[in-house]
Amino acid sequence: MANDIGLLSFGAYIPRARLQRKVIADANAWFAPALRGLGRGERAMANWDEDAITMAVEAARDCLSGIERTSIGALTLASTTHPFDDRQNAAIVATALNLNPALRSMDVGGSLRAATSALTAAIDAAAGGTTTLLAAGEHRLAKAASTQEMQYGDGAAALLVGRGQPVARLLAAHTETIDFVHQFRGRDRAHDYAWEERWIRDEGYMKIVPAAVSATLKAAGVEAGAIDHFCMPCTLARVTPALAKRIGIPEAAVRDNLAAVCGDTGAAHPLVMLAAALEDAKPGQRILVAAFGEGCDALLFEVTDALPRLAARRGVKGALARRKEETQYQRFLAFNDHVNLERGMRAEVDKGTPLTVLYRNRDMIEGLVGGRCRSCGTFQYPRARYCVNPACNALDSQDPQPFSDLSGKVMSYTADVLTYCPDPPAYYGMIQFDQGGRMMADFTDIDGSKLEVGLPMRMMFRIKEVDPSRGFVRYFWKAAPADN
Amino acid sequence: MATGIKDKVVILGMGCSKFGEHWDKNAEHLMVDAFEEAVKDAGIERNQIEAAWFGTAIEEQHVGKSGVPLAMTLRLPYIPVTRVENYCATGTEAFRGAVYAVASGAVDIALALGVEKLKDTGYGGLPQRGRGALQNMTWANISAPGSFAQLAAAYRAKHRVNKEDLKRAMAHISVKSHDNGAKNPKAHLRNRITEETVLNAPMIAEPLGLYDCCGVSDGSAAAIVTTPEIARSLGKKDLVGVKALQLAVSNGQEVQYDQWDGSYFATTRAAAARAYKEAGIADPRKQISMFEVHDCFSVTELVTMEDLGISPEGKAINDVLDGFYDSAGKVPCQIDGGLKCFGHPIGASGLRMLYEMYLQLIGRAGERQRSSPVFGMTHNLGGFPSQNVSSVTIVGAYGA
Repeated sequence: MANDIGLLSFGAYIPRARLQRKVIADANAWFAPALRGLGRGERAMANWDEDAITMAVEAARDCLSGIERTSIGALTLASTTHPFDDRQNAAIVATALNLNPALRSMDVGGSLRAATSALTAAIDAAAGGTTTLLAAGEHRLAKAASTQEMQYGDGAAALLVGRGQPVARLLAAHTETIDFVHQFRGRDRAHDYAWEERWIRDEGYMKIVPAAVSATLKAAGVEAGAIDHFCMPCTLARVTPALAKRIGIPEAAVRDNLAAVCGDTGAAHPLVMLAAALEDAKPGQRILVAAFGEGCDALLFEVTDALPRLAARRGVKGALARRKEETQYQRFLAFNDHVNLERGMRAEVDKGTPLTVLYRNRDMIEGLVGGRCRSCGTFQYPRARYCVNPACNALDSQDPQPFSDLSGKVMSYTADVLTYCPDPPAYYGMIQFDQGGRMMADFTDIDGSKLEVGLPMRMMFRIKEVDPSRGFVRYFWKAAPADN
Repeated sequence: MATGIKDKVVILGMGCSKFGEHWDKNAEHLMVDAFEEAVKDAGIERNQIEAAWFGTAIEEQHVGKSGVPLAMTLRLPYIPVTRVENYCATGTEAFRGAVYAVASGAVDIALALGVEKLKDTGYGGLPQRGRGALQNMTWANISAPGSFAQLAAAYRAKHRVNKEDLKRAMAHISVKSHDNGAKNPKAHLRNRITEETVLNAPMIAEPLGLYDCCGVSDGSAAAIVTTPEIARSLGKKDLVGVKALQLAVSNGQEVQYDQWDGSYFATTRAAAARAYKEAGIADPRKQISMFEVHDCFSVTELVTMEDLGISPEGKAINDVLDGFYDSAGKVPCQIDGGLKCFGHPIGASGLRMLYEMYLQLIGRAGERQRSSPVFGMTHNLGGFPSQNVSSVTIVGAYGA
């Protein structure tokens, strides 16, 4: 493998709410008392307006901190919970990120290896000169009182893969494809169906992973003892250390799988763990990533001198620090449609989306692109034919101006309990962007007690409406506190 | 050179239904109630009406589109009927059409009628509705109280008013309007309340509680207008003349440009300045005898009294708490109970406000009658503080 191919950047996103596992255990103790043993720590919980796409967009934005977006030639969105079966989910991410339409794009799914398999493909594409933005987001549902409900977490990660000055260059990769079904989710099913853990451990992880890892190490000519960071998602207790021991990877190299603070983010988790490793790694260290699922992907990276020079980002650490304890299990159930709430007549409004209108205005809606007047320089949203500055009012004078990465402040706000909102009260208000321009925006991830005029805000890509009668999801941007 | 509307047109007659929750009446019933009173008051036959303007805002909840519902209901004789809608200024917009028609000389007698039947939705508050194909995709999840509640946040930040002082002034505004509504047999809400009731009410949109919000009502109001000469020829003596009719509509500056600070209504300031000029009023705080302003929410009334130039900017709280706007105060505001208690059937509201001014000016306001009022001013604010339609009307003794 060429020296200059690997990871050019990385990013992560974990939703802010962390559901306390104890409340899950307590609420279900009458039915499933055995869950008590899992009732420790917390799991990341997507807000009602988050899904695999929105979280992937946030991770991708984190990954692209300080990166010129025109360099991106391909975009892959990996997930087992893509919101759309037919409509490319990656295309939504591309529009949200304002990527050039001359872009290869695809969704990869179908396995917990989706992201690592896409990473392997992106490495191959890099050899051909294409830089790929690989984003992985996951919002898996689990039945109430299931172990999955305890173990899963919501989250996303993103990597920029290409040729140049990688922060981590690829040494070798190997994949074993074996139809070992430890769990599955059939067509039109909402939840995973899993087999016995002891079998998964003994016949699955302990046999399939060593095969893939050993082949990788052999290809790279690296001893197992030279691994500094071993990233492998696994919800089964003690399996990863046991595997490390069997393969010969030092015990200290086994990375925390974030079970206590986040939960397993499915297809995104290998990348989440890789991002976390990159936040700790030093130049020269070796990172081994393995993902299990109908076989195993293994990729070995070596961290380079470019890593310390990478622009600051939130990463996994920043995302985990942006945290709000959630103790309302009922809210979690409602967000995931596990309870049939009386939502009231105000929720009955038709949420239909005219696709013609959405298409015509896609940059405005999905990309939060406004205008900047060539005559007077005024930033404005939306971009209109006449400039809004009363001293200018020039016609057709505006260049596209993305607002998504502009900082702003609260100019006015309210907490509304009258309007229908899946998580009342509905917070919204006027956001004044620091460079000019303003918009009346929905707020999200709000602590009511901290909301005040002047509060610094940033824009986040979120679900605006879910149209249950047609199965459509419409996305837009909302304002969230900048520092939480 | 335009000379404005002052005293070119007078009110020949007015009518207003009782406002409230009319479970037993359709919009058409209410329209007839208002029309019958107006046409009898005018002392004319329906066939003398040459043109009509019909105001209704949320027509999909009741009568449907066009001028046809008015012509059908009143059996108007194939005359021009124009249906108008301009948010909460709809009733005033209907009045403006009728007045301008008479002033132009195109017709002698014109009718303006507004109606709204809001209590067929199955829930409290205004009907939930779409904002248009594109705006549905970008607009915040705004309710009416939530949009006006933001005034309070911005006002407090600008004038450094603490939450409690503002809430107390807002509470006084609602208590005052309930006192007034109690004296009005046509008002929707006729109960007196206390400041404590307001302050302890459930929150609707922070900081607006239940009693900071106006009533959502069914109702209709109507005006018949003509020239001063025709009015006299019909035997009218104390003529009520139209002194000013102004409208200002947001152009996007508040919501998209960086100047407006969210604490006031830019449109109301523009409309008021033009209205005072049109009516020849130099010192409104001294010259205007009474106001019916758009008190959709208590904070709207407070801010509006500054935007109309009656209270100094940032000081309306003092006037409110001093009782300046109470029914027995210097310049009463919402003497009929206002939107708060008379009620707010959107398309009728502008005409309902004029109805009270008219009754006061001709001395027929009963228990609420003020001594010798000269000018009455009405104001509507439709939409949202950040993008709205503001109307200002001044009526008064003809020749004053």
